[in-house]
Amino acid sequence: MAQPGTNGHNGTNGHASANSLEEVIRALLVENFLVAIGGADLADDDSLIEQGIIDSTGVLELVMLLEETFDIRVQDADVLPENLDSVNNLVAYVQRKLQVAR
Amino acid sequence: MIAAVDAPETEPARAFGADVLHLDTGKTIDELAGAIARIVARDLRRRGVVVGMSGGIDSSVVAALCARALGPERVLGLLMPEQETTDDSVHLAGLVAGRLGIPTEVVNIGPALAALGCYRARDEAIRWVFPEYGEGWRCKIVLPPLTGEQRFNVFRLVVQAPDGTTRQAPLPLDAYLQVVAASNMKQRTRKLTEYYHAERRNFAVAGTPNRLEYDQGFFVKYGDGAADLKPIAHLYKTQVYALAEALEIPEEVRQRPPTTETYSLPQTQEEFYFALPYHQMDLCLWAHNHGVPAAEAAPVVGLAPAQVQLVYRDIEAKRRTTRFLHMTPILIASVPEIAVTSAGHADSTGK
Repeated sequence: MAQPGTNGHNGTNGHASANSLEEVIRALLVENFLVAIGGADLADDDSLIEQGIIDSTGVLELVMLLEETFDIRVQDADVLPENLDSVNNLVAYVQRKLQVAR
Repeated sequence: MIAAVDAPETEPARAFGADVLHLDTGKTIDELAGAIARIVARDLRRRGVVVGMSGGIDSSVVAALCARALGPERVLGLLMPEQETTDDSVHLAGLVAGRLGIPTEVVNIGPALAALGCYRARDEAIRWVFPEYGEGWRCKIVLPPLTGEQRFNVFRLVVQAPDGTTRQAPLPLDAYLQVVAASNMKQRTRKLTEYYHAERRNFAVAGTPNRLEYDQGFFVKYGDGAADLKPIAHLYKTQVYALAEALEIPEEVRQRPPTTETYSLPQTQEEFYFALPYHQMDLCLWAHNHGVPAAEAAPVVGLAPAQVQLVYRDIEAKRRTTRFLHMTPILIASVPEIAVTSAGHADSTGK
């Protein structure tokens, strides 16, 4: 499928361990959603939608970032709040996908 | 008051029932017509109103109210089909205008949109998802239906081949952005046309959103969201239908399901943007605005309490994400000599 030009998104190399995975995911959110999410401002289980950090367009961006950063394929059926809507959910989801990939 | 819908803090507690949207239509029509006349003459200082007429219920009611307020000769109905407009739309708009006795002009904006690259940009984006999409194909974008579970409001692309078979796929970010940005050109081109015709007559431009659309950001910024006045933006769609009947809008118009007239495949507003049919959305919106708990609203709306709770959350989510559409340009430092009277509303008693 032909893709358009760059979106100027930042990605980093994927890491497998939970702590660094959380750091990577937090960095993704901070760098790409133009919101200063300091350690204290976004709790691990805060809903990104309800905190206004992502909207439905943001969900599409997040999917793209996860695929680029971790070299995984986010299935259509995976695009659910329980997988994507908090730092905790994202960490758990990405870990699962990376384990399956091995 | 203009309508039976008061601000929550002024209205006493009442049992929530299907009758909360009931209107005294005769009284409401008189009040709205009076307000329109005062706004156009006093606040806007214009000689009449241009209404873009799609053949839908909202623009038909707005045109009728303006004709009632100002006299039919001071209303211009603009019919603006493009390549993907249904024949129905022009026919119905013409029917309504004829009954109201208002003059009309038909302006085909298809060539302008083609010259702007609207269709080309949209089709290019669709081909990133369906490379086979081309001449004779049709498309629309839809949201997944409201189920009992939480979901994201993520659009899917539906295309129909010339042989009638359809297929669906999720829309990746860039395709989504380009399809929407290109399609938005339609609304903005119509508004451009309305302002041309208004300015050359020293008329004002009416917007036609109903409350659901206005509240939930279902409009294009500086497209159909632009107007000098929006006479029905405070009315629930159910109430607009009630007024339509009282205003004797032709039955064909009143029976037609709300569509968007934006994509080449028929697309209901429900599948495009709202989670539910408009009557249920109206009740949920009213209930949410008045602090009715989901469990109490559920039997009246005909949904499970968990679903009503999801609708409440969805209403708030859409308000949050579409606040941007309502914003006037943001200044970095204030210019106090120019107080931007961002609408608000005109008092119906003319004070």
